[in-house]
Amino acid sequence: MATYYSEEHEWLLVDGDTATLGITKHAAEALGEVVFVELKEAGDTFDKDDEIGVVESVKAASELYAPLAGEVLEANTPLEDNPGSVNEDPEGNAWFYKIKLDDVAELEALMDENAYKAFIA
Amino acid sequence: MSKIASEPRKTPLFDLHVELGGKMVDFAGWMMPVNYAAGVAAEHKQVREKAALFDVSHMGQVVLRGDDIAAKLETLCPSSFGKLPVGKSRYTFFTNPAGGIMDDLIVTNAHDHFVLVVNASMREQDVAHLRTLDLEVIEVDRSLIAIQGPASEAIVSSVAPAAADLKFMEAGLFDLLGAECRIARLGYTGEDGYEISLPNERAVEITRKFLEHPDLEPAGLGARDSLRLEAGLCLYGNDIDNDTSPVEANLVWAMQKARRENGGFPGAERILNELANGPQRRLVGIKPEGRAPARRGVEVADSDGNIIGSITSGGFGPTYGGPVSMGYVATEHAAEGTAVNLLIRGKSMPATVIKLPFVAQNYKR
Repeated sequence: MATYYSEEHEWLLVDGDTATLGITKHAAEALGEVVFVELKEAGDTFDKDDEIGVVESVKAASELYAPLAGEVLEANTPLEDNPGSVNEDPEGNAWFYKIKLDDVAELEALMDENAYKAFIA
Repeated sequence: MSKIASEPRKTPLFDLHVELGGKMVDFAGWMMPVNYAAGVAAEHKQVREKAALFDVSHMGQVVLRGDDIAAKLETLCPSSFGKLPVGKSRYTFFTNPAGGIMDDLIVTNAHDHFVLVVNASMREQDVAHLRTLDLEVIEVDRSLIAIQGPASEAIVSSVAPAAADLKFMEAGLFDLLGAECRIARLGYTGEDGYEISLPNERAVEITRKFLEHPDLEPAGLGARDSLRLEAGLCLYGNDIDNDTSPVEANLVWAMQKARRENGGFPGAERILNELANGPQRRLVGIKPEGRAPARRGVEVADSDGNIIGSITSGGFGPTYGGPVSMGYVATEHAAEGTAVNLLIRGKSMPATVIKLPFVAQNYKR
């Protein structure tokens, strides 16, 4: 298992050709208090850069863009009822999706933890 | 002083905001705190539950001197000022010849002169507009802070005891740590509170003195916007502008009877006609049924999908506990309880027309 990061401030915990996807602590802090989350459903497929969800904070609405192509295996629907959990545990319980990757080679375009830390520094 | 440089201006409290952790943004040409470390929702709730302090020094403070100030101001505004008692403040607006609103403002009768407070983004326009009157128009270079929330009376009267005696929309001069300051009991949050005009050179010291009070925290523009939205108060440039009339915007309460009957202000033809026959559209509260906030620009449709209006302000109401919006809809859809749809990101989301405000106003009358 390895964790990858996108320039859109998503994290992916990858296990073979599946991954858990969420937004980083840095992104959650920048958004401020999250008040609304809208998710895709299991079975939905997406290409890289497709909009795969919406996160709104007290400040603004932000779209979530797919860091690579894949399919939603499971959406963390409790987030829609408790959007504030995104601020509490963005890199843990407040994951957004479990996904199946179309092509694991697409991971090579993403950052590892050190690269992401440098990216947000 | 006119604006020359494109660099945003700083209020006398700028360094204090930075010291207090304010996240500074350019707002209408001024560097202002959008929020502090506590965040927008916490600052919002602080105002509803205790009190918070806002820097509103970017707003324009203007003094009018001369003869017949009230009558002359009435040629620009559709409110009455002739019977406005000394020490009382009144909400009003400048109307344009087409019956739209050029800006909204607060006018206070200060005995031998009037004091006006106008929006930051409209300062220059408003001063030029006032200079068409045969009056002395003085832009006052002072700081302005707002202390808002149910604990405001205890906080302000701990420094200026007599301020406790002011009622809503009353104003006067008070001694604050030896500085003469104008204090008015009003605000832009729906809560009890005060706006305090301070000499620039004493602004930091007096603000710090207030902030020593355990019930007072600083708050930024983010909370100011969510508070006024819940309270159903219009934001100039969003909910009212040069195209919207006071009748459409439900601001007829600010036009006293003589003005509604006799006119005599810019745009009276349209405004009196709308008073008699009803406007084409009305500003209403719109409550989304789901959790998705409907922000400015979202279109409003009727149950058949016809576009009937649009959202002018919207977001999440921390006290209301859900999304809150306001916007204009065609008059036939403006009745309280009307079901409408909001077109958000290509989806049609159900919503209901409600009577503003979302959170009851709590003034000290």
